[in-house]
Amino acid sequence: MMFDVSIGKLGRWATAAVLLGGLAAQPALAGDMKTYPAPEGHPLSEIISGYEFRTPETQALQDDDFENPAFLWVDQGEELWNTADGTAGKACADCHGNASESMKMVGATFPKWDAKNNRPVNIELQINQCRTEQMGADAWKYESSEMIGMTSFVRTQSRGEPVNVDFSEGDMEAWKAKGKDLYYTRFGQLDLACSNCHEDNYGNQIRSDLLSQGQSNGFPTYRLKWQGVGTLHRRFKGCMDQVRAKPYKRGSDEFLALEVYLAYRGVGLPVEAPALRN
Amino acid sequence: MMFKPGIWSGALLGAVLTAGVAVAAGPADYEIVDGGIPKALTAQPGNAENGREVAINRKLGNCLACHAVTKLSDQPYHGEIGPPLDGAATRWSEAELRLIVVNSKKVFEGTMMPGFHTTEGLNRVAEKFEGKTILSAQDVEDVVAFLMTLNEE
Repeated sequence: MMFDVSIGKLGRWATAAVLLGGLAAQPALAGDMKTYPAPEGHPLSEIISGYEFRTPETQALQDDDFENPAFLWVDQGEELWNTADGTAGKACADCHGNASESMKMVGATFPKWDAKNNRPVNIELQINQCRTEQMGADAWKYESSEMIGMTSFVRTQSRGEPVNVDFSEGDMEAWKAKGKDLYYTRFGQLDLACSNCHEDNYGNQIRSDLLSQGQSNGFPTYRLKWQGVGTLHRRFKGCMDQVRAKPYKRGSDEFLALEVYLAYRGVGLPVEAPALRN
Repeated sequence: MMFKPGIWSGALLGAVLTAGVAVAAGPADYEIVDGGIPKALTAQPGNAENGREVAINRKLGNCLACHAVTKLSDQPYHGEIGPPLDGAATRWSEAELRLIVVNSKKVFEGTMMPGFHTTEGLNRVAEKFEGKTILSAQDVEDVVAFLMTLNEE
């Protein structure tokens, strides 16, 4: 697919030109970025969706459901929602009915404490639990198009709802703390932590990229780089690859803990799935 | 014939790889004196022209990811993370610049800047890069030579 990002490029050229003019590097946060107050105990005073860091062209693509290519995956998810699978002969819709009602809060409140398994569960893992335990169907691979489609469809039902994960349940706080440890741990040959880029330098250019706060409210996200929709854990893996680290597995406890912690860092941001990013 | 090519070629390949890693990948020995590395890492003097290319190359120095450099204004996209490098040669000695490139954490505690010629304290490095430094000793010398040309603020 061809996307016109020429004006974005011009904008970045201008940024470089200003820098080369000898001005000190400063966060290039535009005055019109929509900000939200950070939850209590948050290291930043305000939180900002990744949407605000993208060019007007990329934002426009996300804003139009007919133009946003992520809706190909959402549509696939909707079809699967209504399709029976597994030995029980049931579709999601047979138990959960109309997703726009039953799933309305799911995308805003996951990951969630799973008392039965004594661990948090994210949307992807919950979908597979439903499949293997309720439907008698095979688990989907974490990054399969079915999984991405269903996760996108489910989370899209929460669009506009503020992220509101409950950390008081079970051991959610301990998982959040584990995720926080990972967030501040430097990894790989480049020896970088999430915080180096997304806490200390959001709003700054890292060569051609404008660093965001690394928020998770838009996932699953269509990335122009991927030419497709991917999971949050795929994004984590991409970051770890970029710093030349050995990535954790998608669906691993480490990435789940990081997902729990990122949810906390974005409490109050509206769910934007399916978002569109560079 | 008793020769087992699979085993032999595997062992030979292993030996060659190990030798290659030992020669090319690990950090060179150096001594820190007064906040710098006064002695060059290689016998061959640094080449500023090569250093310029290493500084630009996204898989090598990629200095422009974080720093703006007026002298490299023919290159698009200069980063805003670290300070501009213009005038670096007037602010630092060659020995200090060498240590900053080799392992900036010895100069700026807690800095985000990777150490380009060290494996010290790294965590979960991808197999492909394990035990290896981002820049070779010669790359470091070349980059330092390039930095020494940045004498205008």
